[in-house]
Amino acid sequence: MKRFLGFVRKEFLHIFRDYRTLFILFGIPTAEILIFGFAISMDIKDAGIAVLDLSKDEVTQKLTNKITSSGFFKKSENLLNYNDIDKAFKKGKTKAVIIFEKDFGKNLLSEGKSSLSIIADGSEPNTATLITNYTSAIVNDFTRELSGPALNKSVLIKPEVRMFYNPNLKSYFMFVPGVITLVLILICALMTSVTITREKEFGTMEVLLVSPLKPVQIILGKVMPYFILSFVNVLVILGLSWLVFGLPVKGSIVLLLAESMLYILMSLTLGILISTVSQNMQQAIFISLIGLMLPTILLSGFIFPIENMPKVYDYVSMIMPPRYFITIIKNIMIKGTGFMYIWKETLVLIAMTLLFTGLSVRKFKIRLE
Amino acid sequence: MKDTVISVHNLVKKFGSFIANNNLNFEVYSGEIFGFLGANGAGKTTAIRILSGLSKPTSGEVRIAGFDADRQPEKIKKNIGYMCQKFSLYEDLTVKENIILYGGIYGMSKSLIKERMSEMLNKLRFQEYENRMISDLPLGLRQKLAFSVAVLHDPKIVFLDEPTGGVDPITRRQFWEMIYETAERGITVFVTTHYMDEAEYCDRISIMNEGKIVALDTPGNLKKQYNAESVEEVFIKIARPVKN
Repeated sequence: MKRFLGFVRKEFLHIFRDYRTLFILFGIPTAEILIFGFAISMDIKDAGIAVLDLSKDEVTQKLTNKITSSGFFKKSENLLNYNDIDKAFKKGKTKAVIIFEKDFGKNLLSEGKSSLSIIADGSEPNTATLITNYTSAIVNDFTRELSGPALNKSVLIKPEVRMFYNPNLKSYFMFVPGVITLVLILICALMTSVTITREKEFGTMEVLLVSPLKPVQIILGKVMPYFILSFVNVLVILGLSWLVFGLPVKGSIVLLLAESMLYILMSLTLGILISTVSQNMQQAIFISLIGLMLPTILLSGFIFPIENMPKVYDYVSMIMPPRYFITIIKNIMIKGTGFMYIWKETLVLIAMTLLFTGLSVRKFKIRLE
Repeated sequence: MKDTVISVHNLVKKFGSFIANNNLNFEVYSGEIFGFLGANGAGKTTAIRILSGLSKPTSGEVRIAGFDADRQPEKIKKNIGYMCQKFSLYEDLTVKENIILYGGIYGMSKSLIKERMSEMLNKLRFQEYENRMISDLPLGLRQKLAFSVAVLHDPKIVFLDEPTGGVDPITRRQFWEMIYETAERGITVFVTTHYMDEAEYCDRISIMNEGKIVALDTPGNLKKQYNAESVEEVFIKIARPVKN
């Protein structure tokens, strides 16, 4: 045991002496939370909107004001004719153009009907869809106000939409669980695979294997510090998202931490497995980054919903551990569900941990033969 | 009268159909410096890896320090030291931290580590380097330090796998002085090398060729037997018989 502790102490020295390791461990998660939370916002705020008003009457004025005062939009410029539309988009500030037809107000009052066009910048499809949805909603709202009770004789069904669990549809509800999932698997798998291959590359692994330390002790000793630091990381990320975004953990925090530990363990065993198949540090880094980062972002349901993917990708994502952890963490953090609803995913993670451990032990033995 | 510390019987190691060690038989006696020579690819490294427990033989019997390599590997590990071709200390730790780490791994008590450390640093005139990072030290010093660390726990046998690779001649000389001192302390030194002048310093040498031991005796006897001026000549006569 004393031998083992001395060995763990040495591993901590390695980590704390190398500012790059420290940066990857703590700098990147913090930066990612802030970047994903603030910059990569999927919410519309102050989007530039240009107005081509061919009617210039009281109604168009009111509607324009309603749109620009909503907080979602800001008027970028007034256009004079159709030729200006293209130019306005190309300047970059304008994300959408609203065109009021000639005699907009007059037609509306006399015939009860008039039309306007919303043109969005399709080079950014997500934003474009959001913008058109928002403007349509504002326009609908406006018509309802204008018509007042007078028109209410005809049957009008007005859906009252409410978002459960995330009433304001804040993007960071989606990003924080995603970032935790991404950061943990990256750090654990990358760091452990690199630290173990480093010993192989420098020849210190042989010295350790000749020594009375058992191979299990060597691996555990190398992995233990990362286990502890990754757990601290979870606390840091949760603390940050609570302090900065006010994101609470709805469910049991104990359950969340326990599941995080399981996920960390799984990632560490994956890192060990990567280290047994790679010859040097570059390979380990390559496998961890390319093999884990992209699939985690694209296929885990972090950003793109799995339900909307072609079936093939759905099957591929089933072998991605992050998929299960994202489900678990979203359930606990945002919906506040208990263990009853996530035991299947938990079981999958346990099975994966065992599988990776078994494979690593086998690979390790073959290398010794 | 001689104590046998390494005995190898019919050792065979195959990698698929390739035979790296073909029926090796030899004994190494307590306190001697045993040189293990051979061209690159002759099977030296495979053999030293098996002896030090890094690899398992396909068949044959290996006894180290009185223990069977197959059945008592843990007991052997406590009794051997190992230093490999590649540098084996941690560059981002200080001299002192490296010594404490290895001492701890071999189960030495704190006071014993401290005692040995000051003894060793004194002998090497290394006192002022105690708190320096290994990465700040020149290669020669590191190599000497690595050797001292390999025998820190007073093993019965120390295995050195090409310990002087890439080291300047002066340091190599000093290194061999250290090897002599170690042997005088009663530690058996098992060393592989391809510097033939170093082979002259050994008590006995064995020469490997294509997986077999083709010669094993004292450097003097071998030179007589092959009618050669130096071990180098012996080696060339044995290892390249076709060309002569």
